[in-house]
Amino acid sequence: MSINRRDFIKKSGLAGAALTLGLYVSKSAQAATIVKAGSADVELNAWISIDTSGKVTIINHRAEMGQGSFQAVPQIIAEELEVDLNDVKIIFGVGNEKKYGSQITGGSSTVRGSYKQLGQMGASAREMLKEAAAKKWGVDKSTCSAENGQIIHKASGKRLGYGDLVTDAAKLEIPKDIPLKASKDYKILRKPMPRQDTPMKTNGTATFGLDKKLPGMLYAVVERNTRFHGKVKSFDDTEAKKIPGVKHVIKVKMAVFSHTREGVAVVADNLWAAMQGRKALKVEWDDTGFPHHSTEQLYKQMEDDLNTKEGLSYRTMGDVNRILSKAEKKIEAVYSTPYESHSSMEPLTCTALVTDDSCEIWGPIQAPGWVQDDLINVLKMPREKITVNMTFLGGGFGRKAFTDYTQEAALISKEVKAPVQVVWTREDDTNQGPWRPGMMYKLEAALSENGRINAYKFKMAGQNMDHQWPGADKMSYNGSTTEGFLEPLFERMPNYSFADLPLDSPIPVMWWRSVYSSTNGFAYESFMDELALAAGKDPMEYRKMLLGGKDRYLALIDKLEQVSGWKSRGKNEGYGVAITECFSSIVGEVVKVSKRTEGGVKVDKVWAVMDCGWYVNPDIIKAQVEGSIVMALGAATKHATTFKEGKAVEQNFNTYKMSRIQDTPEIEVYNMDNDEPAGGVGEPGLPPLTPALTNAIFDLTGKRIRTLPFDLEKV
Amino acid sequence: MAKYTLQINDKSYTVEADAKMPLLWAIRDLAGLTGTKYGCGIAQCGACTVHLNGNPVRSCSIPVSAAAAGKITTIEGISDDNTHVVQQAWIQEQVPQCGYCQSGQIMAAVALLKKNSQPTDKDIDAAMQGNICRCGTYPRIRKAIKTASKMMAAKASVK
Repeated sequence: MSINRRDFIKKSGLAGAALTLGLYVSKSAQAATIVKAGSADVELNAWISIDTSGKVTIINHRAEMGQGSFQAVPQIIAEELEVDLNDVKIIFGVGNEKKYGSQITGGSSTVRGSYKQLGQMGASAREMLKEAAAKKWGVDKSTCSAENGQIIHKASGKRLGYGDLVTDAAKLEIPKDIPLKASKDYKILRKPMPRQDTPMKTNGTATFGLDKKLPGMLYAVVERNTRFHGKVKSFDDTEAKKIPGVKHVIKVKMAVFSHTREGVAVVADNLWAAMQGRKALKVEWDDTGFPHHSTEQLYKQMEDDLNTKEGLSYRTMGDVNRILSKAEKKIEAVYSTPYESHSSMEPLTCTALVTDDSCEIWGPIQAPGWVQDDLINVLKMPREKITVNMTFLGGGFGRKAFTDYTQEAALISKEVKAPVQVVWTREDDTNQGPWRPGMMYKLEAALSENGRINAYKFKMAGQNMDHQWPGADKMSYNGSTTEGFLEPLFERMPNYSFADLPLDSPIPVMWWRSVYSSTNGFAYESFMDELALAAGKDPMEYRKMLLGGKDRYLALIDKLEQVSGWKSRGKNEGYGVAITECFSSIVGEVVKVSKRTEGGVKVDKVWAVMDCGWYVNPDIIKAQVEGSIVMALGAATKHATTFKEGKAVEQNFNTYKMSRIQDTPEIEVYNMDNDEPAGGVGEPGLPPLTPALTNAIFDLTGKRIRTLPFDLEKV
Repeated sequence: MAKYTLQINDKSYTVEADAKMPLLWAIRDLAGLTGTKYGCGIAQCGACTVHLNGNPVRSCSIPVSAAAAGKITTIEGISDDNTHVVQQAWIQEQVPQCGYCQSGQIMAAVALLKKNSQPTDKDIDAAMQGNICRCGTYPRIRKAIKTASKMMAAKASVK
């Protein structure tokens, strides 16, 4: 099995969508004639079915982890289908990549990866309904129009509801390449439509992974090795088995990249009993044969590497080292960012039912297709026998795209021959990883007399996520080295070099909301502030100068400058700006800070401007940027994962301290309105916050913060 | 193991449980009311917030034996059809993202507004600081509490 970051991008990007469209066209006739057994629902295509009373069901094929796909996918389809979103029932699609194409919810890909395809689904279904009506009335299809769930023939005043037409429509060939509406004609798209999943989340009825119940289901908790590569030497289950309700105590394992993580599962008929059984369990570990790293060791290694090695070159132009060596005005800085836990509010969990010839999975899952890919190998079962159901996800942030927890649940169910829900405690969720990798950056630049960048040298040290997969080439460069950097700046620098220094450690690392951009952005945009200072320019003006002629970027900067009152700021206020680009979206943020009377600084306000190009729902965009800002603020000022003797120190929210309501500043979010290709929404709002904050602190206090996290009260 | 009769949302549930079992698991796994969530198990996150005799408590840290005598209200008990003013405000302000912590947030907000129908920002911080939201819906929670407060005032003036 080899899923790496590059496959991930391929799978979740436009290529995946195009492939699906091809599949969809070739199987069109077949798809159109499926009538679901036992219901009046008629399926017009993979996403749309309509029952004979006219009730429309739209499938959301992606994971809903808070980012809004449950609303966004149907909103795109409903626009072209001409139905009122309030009359539409939205359901989750099961994992089926033949039917839906990529269902990997990651890389902020749901809308940007498939919006044209989804629009096409709505439009072609609408055209089929029109054709069915035209045939019935004996009129030309071009004289019919669709509106609010009905086909209308204006000249005669005839109208028929979709429910009356769907049976005939489903027999028609699915038309191809229907022109999609222009943005000026949108009725549903680009409107702040309330989310359809909100009412389920305000009365406790939304079903999350932990809420799944099956008849005869057992609960399991697992004592796993917290040194990641250690093995179970032996275990004593005498006391554990005395707990009423405990049924099985078994050794378990799961693949974590190229290693196997071992543990001992306590399986009981209720969760509390399983937890008590686990407490009574005694496990002896064999932790030999691999390093037990501490945070200090890891960062010392990164620092040494940055000072002594050139690294694996990713992108270069000109001759950076020559320019730097003779530069009169040379700027240099080192930044470091911590390891971070995803810490979704719903800890990891998976429910599995494995029989001799089938497997069914339920859970908070970002990547149903990858769960299938994994279990095909592990269970030696064909894809058709493995059903993966997505529940609502109580947060994901990248962690729930990994397949360790699903594999473990399947293996436990197989062994105990019963449906099993594996529950990770908060401690398990916090101390097992995979984490966002801790990173250290060294940046050097030489400026011309006018302040422009003549040479720019960027080196990043830290673990490369791709190097963990089986058979990975550990001398391969990190393809994410420039993630977060403003694309047009490459054109404006005659000499540059971007390279990485991979760190090898048993600590498992992976995608954390906005991935490497979440840390790269801090280095890029803190350094940009340092360059502006060296050039003697206002940080906003400096960016304008560097990006001159790039209208899309300048429009965003103008907006940011205007809404934040950048030019009219008060004397005792610190303002900082940062702009990053990732997942095809550009986001700029301004942070305002002031001094606390008790000492330290406080964050008064954040302004954000998002340019994600073509977009679906401005209110969901706002919510995502607000959430990204809060999450970034936590990682900058509150929490970090540290390691001691090969184990994570932080275990729960008492030591991995999260941002809370009183830490949250006022946030204003603006969305640029244009028709550029759709970019991501769930992640790009995160990277600019931290550098904008530390730049604001520099503006206020003259103190430059280059190491995260830091305590606002101690600045 | 012992038998306990729990009064949850004005209904009686007789459950058989270890005296030390946290109320949270009795509510979720024995009474089958899954709207109340597990987040941390150590009273740090508030996802499990319910009302015990009208006061917000962390059900993960109260043994079932200690709750058996009281009146328990869960998210399902404030209204199952989203007619409670706090639920209405939450929908109006589009607060939830993933939604997992929101039952606890709503229970904390309901308790706050019952005691203080016109809370200031500081009151809101004090009442809500025990509830973590990883999605970062705090700005909207703040807004929704104020909206609920206004809705309550409007209702009161009609009466």
